[in-house]
Amino acid sequence: MGATKVDGNDKGKVRIFTLSTCIWCKKTKEFLAQNNVAYEYVDMDKLDSEEKDAALAELKKWNEKCSMPTVVVNDSVCIVGFKEQEIREALSL
Amino acid sequence: MSGAGVEGDRERRVEAKYEKLKKEAAAGGYFLNPDEPFAKDLAESLLVNEERYGYAACPCRLSGGRRELDLDIICPCDYRDADVEEHGACYCALYVSGEVARGEREVEPVPERRPDALIEAVAKGELPVAAPQPAERAPSQGAAFGGSSAIPVWRCKVCGYLCARDNPPGVCPICKVTKDRFERFY
Repeated sequence: MGATKVDGNDKGKVRIFTLSTCIWCKKTKEFLAQNNVAYEYVDMDKLDSEEKDAALAELKKWNEKCSMPTVVVNDSVCIVGFKEQEIREALSL
Repeated sequence: MSGAGVEGDRERRVEAKYEKLKKEAAAGGYFLNPDEPFAKDLAESLLVNEERYGYAACPCRLSGGRRELDLDIICPCDYRDADVEEHGACYCALYVSGEVARGEREVEPVPERRPDALIEAVAKGELPVAAPQPAERAPSQGAAFGGSSAIPVWRCKVCGYLCARDNPPGVCPICKVTKDRFERFY
């Protein structure tokens, strides 16, 4: 799956499902970067058909609506939408 | 053309798109997000989607890549007015309520209102057999002006403008009076 890694401090496994055109996704990425958090993201609109199917199947496990951004921390906490406070709590920022 | 030239061209196109959106919003009694860089970022993403798909799919939703799969999420989307009414902003927050535009209310994440069947259709790449309708609203009833569960029709008491939707618009798109000047007509 076409995930892109962004370097930073290890705050656990942080994955975000995003769209390259979505402003809330951009804000989520910026927030993580500003806080120097290592994470990986998948821009769903940049994937080919096969990759997209796989990514959607994975996203659906966490978020039935398959909306972006969806932040998944340590394969246990899921935050739908750019909710700064919830992300802070999940990452102890 | 040089890199700077391409960049300048892009900037001009984004600026033109933003101004057009703003003008059309004002003409229809709507408000763009008062955070100008935010609104311009969305204007640019709408241009990206126009180039990519041939229509302005919502920048914050996954496009099905085909117009028939995305009809309800072409900006302005089918859900804009209801979301502006309930949450003070549409899903991507390009359009906001008067309260938000005046800085009296903050924009918060808007939950997805799009029906699951249409989200599923995008994932599958095929249309649902029948377009989903809210259970209480059978499609024929609204069209036939019949039955107690038809979509309500609202009348602007100032200019007589009629619209069939769940609630009257925030501002009359014809004469610009506010929502409280509407009465239920049917």
